[in-house]
Amino acid sequence: MSQPSESGATAASSLSKSSPSKSLPESSPSSPSLAEPAPSGARGATGETLLEVRGLQKHFPLTQGIVFKRTVGHVRAVDGVDLTLHRGETVGLVGESGCGKSTVSKLIVALERPTAGSILYKGRDVARMGGRALKDYRREVQIIFQDPYASLNPRMTVGDIVAEGWAVHSDVAPRKGRLKRTQELLDRVGLNPDYVNRYPHQFSGGQRQRIGIARALALQPEVIVCDEPVSALDVSVQAQVVNLLEDLQDEFGLSYLFIAHDLSVVRHISDRVAVMYLGHIVEEGTDEQVYASPSHPYTQALLSSVPLHEPHLRGQKDRILLQGDVPSPADPPSGCRFRTRCWKAQDVCAQEVPALVDRGQGHPSACHFAEARMVVPVDVE
Amino acid sequence: MTNLDLTKPTAELAAQGTPLLEVDDLRVEFRTRSGVVNAVNGVSYSLGAGETLAILGESGSGKSVSAQAIMGILETPPAVISGGGIWFQGRNVLEMSAEDQRKIRGPGISMIFQDALSSLNPVYSVGFQIGEMFRAHRGMSKKAARAKAVELMDRVRIPAAARRVDDYPHQFSGGMRQRVMIAMAIALDPRILIADEPTTALDVTVQAQVMDLLKDLQQETGMGLILITHDLGVVNEVADNVAVMYAGEIVERGTVDDVFSRPSHPYTDGLMSSVPQVEAKGGRLRPIAGQPPNLAAIPSGCPFHPRCSRRRLGAEAAPGRDCATDVPPLRLVVPGREAACHYSEEVLGVAAE
Repeated sequence: MSQPSESGATAASSLSKSSPSKSLPESSPSSPSLAEPAPSGARGATGETLLEVRGLQKHFPLTQGIVFKRTVGHVRAVDGVDLTLHRGETVGLVGESGCGKSTVSKLIVALERPTAGSILYKGRDVARMGGRALKDYRREVQIIFQDPYASLNPRMTVGDIVAEGWAVHSDVAPRKGRLKRTQELLDRVGLNPDYVNRYPHQFSGGQRQRIGIARALALQPEVIVCDEPVSALDVSVQAQVVNLLEDLQDEFGLSYLFIAHDLSVVRHISDRVAVMYLGHIVEEGTDEQVYASPSHPYTQALLSSVPLHEPHLRGQKDRILLQGDVPSPADPPSGCRFRTRCWKAQDVCAQEVPALVDRGQGHPSACHFAEARMVVPVDVE
Repeated sequence: MTNLDLTKPTAELAAQGTPLLEVDDLRVEFRTRSGVVNAVNGVSYSLGAGETLAILGESGSGKSVSAQAIMGILETPPAVISGGGIWFQGRNVLEMSAEDQRKIRGPGISMIFQDALSSLNPVYSVGFQIGEMFRAHRGMSKKAARAKAVELMDRVRIPAAARRVDDYPHQFSGGMRQRVMIAMAIALDPRILIADEPTTALDVTVQAQVMDLLKDLQQETGMGLILITHDLGVVNEVADNVAVMYAGEIVERGTVDDVFSRPSHPYTDGLMSSVPQVEAKGGRLRPIAGQPPNLAAIPSGCPFHPRCSRRRLGAEAAPGRDCATDVPPLRLVVPGREAACHYSEEVLGVAAE
């Protein structure tokens, strides 16, 4: 019973009708609306570098003991990640569970402090920001979470959830027109504006994810970090949310860091793609470069594992079956992290960490023996 | 009553040409305080030896419930099998005594589940849990059962099986746990293995390993495999035949090649075009509008009509084929292909272009 019941709908709409003074403030439709991007002068040109991540590291301590905690080691969740996000583009970050991609997202929205490295937003280091600057940063860089069931407060109405950010950033929306703006936001993400007084449990998964998107949009951000935004949704609903994200990007000039494990979705939405393995980025490039000519063995294996949808392509791809499991990030292999499962591994791989540089494939790859190889047959379409 | 022949090798039965399993007009409903939820509404299919049948559907389409009905593991109440029959090697499972049903589970039909961690008992070693099959069904001693468990763990390619047999489920990774489950399921050489979203919780590289293992095991034993999934790619790579479920009904059925290259039901067609593919960037996705229906209030007529872009209502519709009032039966559209849509020929024609 994931759908809001009909009786609920009438109750909500009658509620908003019974208090017209509250639900319909005098502001006319032409009043400054959230649907309007900030003046283009403030927004800057497309292609400008917004976020620059350099050598980002996050190590979580492993402790032993109950009263006196001794640090016995570190989980190297993120261990030297470089990323750049330009205005108006979508960068996809793919990797399997435990590779550190969600930690990257938390570091970028300043929910965690990095162990080392820097996150530069418009040239300023986020780690050194405080007070006012950090507050502004958090308004401009918003996040959408994976689980639409856990990321909405069950005791708050949808209207309160979407408007909550304005309590902190009161300059974004004048107090008077907030309800109207909330309703506009709900309408923009494809929800009935009359639903402002409903609670999250009255919505289905796809609708809840739309609420999360409306909440992120409310503060007129420049960058939205999408941490597995469609993984928990049914396939037919996934496409609706992906399309919505694409439309919003065009409309508001948003930049996305799109984190997911689903290679197909990432390819669809991203302009550039970075592949992560055990805290490192192993390959980076445009979607065409990474998917059509992957040059890191891990990327090749990953692509080879994705089942194809076309019957006539069945059996045409290069089968690479990886052996074993991902090593523990508390005790990663020396040198190249992937060498324990790699069929190309040689002595040098255990001694030297391969740098993420272009080795003649036209895009950076962190492998000593990088070699472009077509794994997935290119569709004739 | 227990003279079901479970000793003959599956391959011999296949030669006789009888299907292993026939599900006929199965209906399951959940009677809850807030009303009756119709989870499965007249599902029929059959499965032969060595065949892989994929049941494709979104959450709430009734695909898992129909499998649980076959296994006899539905929670009753609230679930009630309100009609139909399940014929395993010619005998109706629903009319058997509980004891006879129990004897089928294991050597006859067995099942693996999506979430291996919650399907395994955390307080027993995996060797004990795999061996339980032999102790309960074959009356083996503890020692012999443990030896069998090691053998099975080897067969599902768990490295260092002899050393890991006494480990507990939490000491295994997700992929290895799924292998333990598979080992339990194939312990007694079942005729039919039902895999309910076996790889949904796994990463793609591990998913590829597990699907590979299932395929190899099927080739070795000739068992029939029912694969329940929502992943179109997995269906395409593994299955022979596919049944697409929506709102507790099969809306389309045929070979994977046929159905995937030329869908004849608007829902299947919509599903195909709403999923991005790894092999091509593609244009904009064309999602299916709306939400899957609430099973307590399934729309009248064709259950898909409120979301369907091809629906014809009232005067537009051909007589007796109004999508909002007339229920489309699952019918033969072209040889080898059935679909439950009044206008399948049209869908097929468009998809062929």
